[in-house]
Amino acid sequence: MSHSSDHPANLAHHFTEVEQQQESAKLGMWLFLLTEILLFGGLFCFYAIFRAWNPDIFHNAHFHLDVVMGTLNTVVLITSSVTMALAIRSLQLDQKRAALWFLWSTLILAGIFLVVKYFEYAHKFHLGQLPGKYYTFQGIEGTNPHIFFSVYFLMTGLHGIHVIAGMSIIGWLIVKTSRNRFSSQYYTPVEMTGLYWHLVDLIWIFLFPMFYLIG
Amino acid sequence: MKVTDSMTAKHHPHVLPLGTYLIIGSLLLALTAITVYISLFDFGSMNLIVAMAVAATKATLVALYFMHLKYDKKIFSIVFVGALIFLAIFIIFTMLDTLRRDDINPIRIKTISPNAVIYQDKPVADSTDTAGQSGVTDSLTVDSAVTDQSSH
Repeated sequence: MSHSSDHPANLAHHFTEVEQQQESAKLGMWLFLLTEILLFGGLFCFYAIFRAWNPDIFHNAHFHLDVVMGTLNTVVLITSSVTMALAIRSLQLDQKRAALWFLWSTLILAGIFLVVKYFEYAHKFHLGQLPGKYYTFQGIEGTNPHIFFSVYFLMTGLHGIHVIAGMSIIGWLIVKTSRNRFSSQYYTPVEMTGLYWHLVDLIWIFLFPMFYLIG
Repeated sequence: MKVTDSMTAKHHPHVLPLGTYLIIGSLLLALTAITVYISLFDFGSMNLIVAMAVAATKATLVALYFMHLKYDKKIFSIVFVGALIFLAIFIIFTMLDTLRRDDINPIRIKTISPNAVIYQDKPVADSTDTAGQSGVTDSLTVDSAVTDQSSH
């Protein structure tokens, strides 16, 4: 294809069409998500080994997590996944106002998630339910109860960092959307952020029962 | 997509109906309620399996609909499932080791740090071991030292 006037503004020269460009970006994003799965995989393995070695500790310690707060955060994160998906859908339909509204909703829900997480963390800091040598809580029977909280803080902490990263990217998307940078012809950054955000949700879907429900 | 579209490289996104997202979202919330409700009952070792089955169902819904895997090219699903297969190999093979170690070296739970604050007011569970008895300098919780040297 020559550099004719109908060449879309957002199409890089090394791609023949928008479709191809978008799918290349998506493949790159999925490969990144693959590395994310393996990054969390190390901690899932950590959890599996130490739970198999210390089933009683995990069972006793998991009663000290607040199921209500955990459930609330699950609902918040699932809802934010819906709003993120709807933000992409709105851009696909060239509905900028709706897209902005859904992006803001996603950002605020992510903020609520972190606020709930903050209250949970603060409570555990207060009680001394902390990882490793910082553990001072006396209320759990068994040897080495702090292992549970080491896994808990590492996994929810890494997940929390991903939520913060997602929030900053969504904030950037809000700025770009309000400046009319996205349309039904070009919304790749929003779609890629959506994939990332759904993966963050997907990981929480596993963390929630692993820690709050079965320990 | 019409032929003319590809000629002008105009992009027509594949848009899912609004209802799809709302139904999947509602299903995810319903499954969350179910898994919380189920956790109130004790099924013993089935607790883990039931909770993980519900979580896997939710994850599948997110991947298929929110992440569009159902509608996109199969290559993206292959990447995703490939990652999960390697994750499974990683965890299963590690656990084949850690779960069967006891057959060779008896595993006893030992306090990690006998000087930790939580043990100040109560005696340490077991401190008869001294380091260096076995060649295995094992990780955090589990001490695989063979205390009886004559067993070899």
